[in-house]
Amino acid sequence: MAIERHSMAEQPAEFRNRNFEEVPYGYTPDEAVAEAQRCLSCKNRPCVSGCPVEVPIPEFIALVTEERFSEAARLIKTKNVLPAVCGRVCPQETQCEVKCLRGKKDKAQAVAIGNLERFVADFERENDLMEAPEVQDKNGLKVAVIGSGPSGLTVAGDLVQLRYEVTIYEAFHRGGGVLVYGIPEFRLPKKVVETEIKALEDAGVTIHYNSVIGRLYTVDDLFNRLGFSAVFIGVGAGLPIFLDIPGMNLNGVFSANEYLTRSNLMKSYLFPQYKTPVIIGRRVAVLGGGNVAMDSARTAIRLGAEKVTIVYRRAREQMPARAAEVHHAEEEGIEFRLLSSPVEIFGNDEGWVTGMKCQRYELGEPDESGRRRPVPIENSFFEIDCDLVVVSIGGKANPLITRTTPDMEVNRWGYIVTDPWGRTTKRFIYAGGDIVTGAATVISSMGAGRRAAKAIHEDLSKESDETFTPEWW
Amino acid sequence: MYELVEKSEIFNVHKMVIKVPGIADSMKPGQFCIIMATEFGERIPMTVSDWSTDTGTITIYALELGISTLELARVKVGGSLYAVTGPLGTPSEIRHYGTVVLGGGCYGIGGIYPIAKACKEAGNEVISIVEARYSPMFYHEKELQQVSDQVLYATSDGSRGKKGKVEDVTVEMLERGARVDQAFFMGCTQMLERCSEATRPYGIPTKVALNSIMLDGTGMCGACRVTVGGETKFACVDGPEFDGHKVDWRELQQRKSAYTEQEALVYQSFSHECLAEKKLRGEL
Repeated sequence: MAIERHSMAEQPAEFRNRNFEEVPYGYTPDEAVAEAQRCLSCKNRPCVSGCPVEVPIPEFIALVTEERFSEAARLIKTKNVLPAVCGRVCPQETQCEVKCLRGKKDKAQAVAIGNLERFVADFERENDLMEAPEVQDKNGLKVAVIGSGPSGLTVAGDLVQLRYEVTIYEAFHRGGGVLVYGIPEFRLPKKVVETEIKALEDAGVTIHYNSVIGRLYTVDDLFNRLGFSAVFIGVGAGLPIFLDIPGMNLNGVFSANEYLTRSNLMKSYLFPQYKTPVIIGRRVAVLGGGNVAMDSARTAIRLGAEKVTIVYRRAREQMPARAAEVHHAEEEGIEFRLLSSPVEIFGNDEGWVTGMKCQRYELGEPDESGRRRPVPIENSFFEIDCDLVVVSIGGKANPLITRTTPDMEVNRWGYIVTDPWGRTTKRFIYAGGDIVTGAATVISSMGAGRRAAKAIHEDLSKESDETFTPEWW
Repeated sequence: MYELVEKSEIFNVHKMVIKVPGIADSMKPGQFCIIMATEFGERIPMTVSDWSTDTGTITIYALELGISTLELARVKVGGSLYAVTGPLGTPSEIRHYGTVVLGGGCYGIGGIYPIAKACKEAGNEVISIVEARYSPMFYHEKELQQVSDQVLYATSDGSRGKKGKVEDVTVEMLERGARVDQAFFMGCTQMLERCSEATRPYGIPTKVALNSIMLDGTGMCGACRVTVGGETKFACVDGPEFDGHKVDWRELQQRKSAYTEQEALVYQSFSHECLAEKKLRGEL
């Protein structure tokens, strides 16, 4: 009889849905070792092939079985600079764990790679075992990184080790991008992100906060006025989409970006100690089915909502959210109105949301994304009583940088066009993450950052060679 | 990091000169900054009234209205602000219009200055109109006079200039048959609406600098969305200037009042100290 996968102990749902503390407590060392022993150390390493940054998974797990936890963390960091983050937010069930032989018969029995990754990174951090990275002599070349989200942090981390002088420009007053403004405290404690950023600064990366590139400096300024040799753009997707239905501008209708930024970055959940307010809905409707929608719904219930409903146009199995997030949301008492979409939001004379009219949908033929297209059912309207609506149906490309860099190509949706290595169509400008792909995952952005760092290093190393012109340029 | 180098107070308007060399280099008329006085404060959008690349400073006029502006007003010269982000917003369109009327109230008295200056430099005839409750409340006066062909005043009590408001002076001018090619207004939302309605019958192209609630100021959150000509726009990136004749004023007013309750609550959480009492005790 095979040993069952070790689940992580977590705060009980009826207790945690009123606080912002992290939900799973993490493994104990014994649990970690026991879980690690479930790994079959497959020779062909199927799990590694599922990882966008090719973390040496069986090797780090082998170290865990020997209780060499911080060595395991260091081994992961050769491929992934943010293991404590990825252990928590990666969709392992569709990446590494889905390939695990242990899960061949029953997916839920795959080795808990994400949990182990989180454990070793936490162990290293909490026991102060993080090794101060060596501050290397600089090679005299300056690289600017725009945005301190997952892709930017990866590029900065890789290039500083290659002795570049790296400067990150971050628009907000705190670093981490979506890791601090988007993902809530209960899913990713901010101290985890702060530690990672501190480590980068210790390694010699300079971070300029409150610096909006496209306004403060253009990308051309970074080359011409500030002397950078290469620029990496990792600014995220950035513009929220609202629905084209009546009532979208009523008070109490938020983009998920706004709702989460208020609560996470500005810490409205600690209002009035922190002065930025957020509206506490009594009955909250969240539109969308992704991780951001789950985060919004779970934030709403923690802020004190009596009832939170997720309204999603497609069916459950088509929800883009991680399985764990949907599961956690359900446990916390969040309702799901699937195959439903709003057609109008009602308001009162003072301009506040009072309710929402929705229409039911059914699944039709598959669309270009391969998912069965939701089709509205005629005369199937129903109403939802709500006083707060959070719109979490995705974003568009933020044009602040692309508009001020007109000679760099963007596609018809405004996303930056790059080669597979992140080279844009303009020399020595690179891009990665959501501003290239549209909304994606933390780990895929980190993968893009890793590839861009390689390309930057390769191109700048060859630049002195006058015949150097990469095919792409 | 963001040092406050100079400060003075005109009633509850606080002039603050902040050292931010990078921002001062890039600033253009019509743009704003987002300021956090402390780590716990809100991100407050503030129109920039003046800047100097020589001293690397920007000047703002902050109206003390709630907790965050109160915390801002408490920062002492030599102290520093937690965060200053900018420049933000699309700069004003400056060109040769002919005669330009610039109307300002509250923070807009200082706010119209850089636009007046740029319009003057672009060869326009610049008529600035400023309003206040009564005469001593005007500020940034000499500077405004230097870049205006005329500065007209309006006060609620008639203590200076016309008894009334910016729109009354504007209408009076237009009634006299004065030629105005472009009007521009900056101040509270009520004032912007009244001024826009005043110029509408005369068909004067009118721009208003909107001050809707903002959070990030880079277009990421949509808190500042306003309806202009039936379309949703983001004041932080598409604006802050819009055609005053096309703004949905009712919606804007409603959206601006979204946090009135919380603002009152948090204001009470601040431990107020009576400065007069402190002075009596010899602590000031």
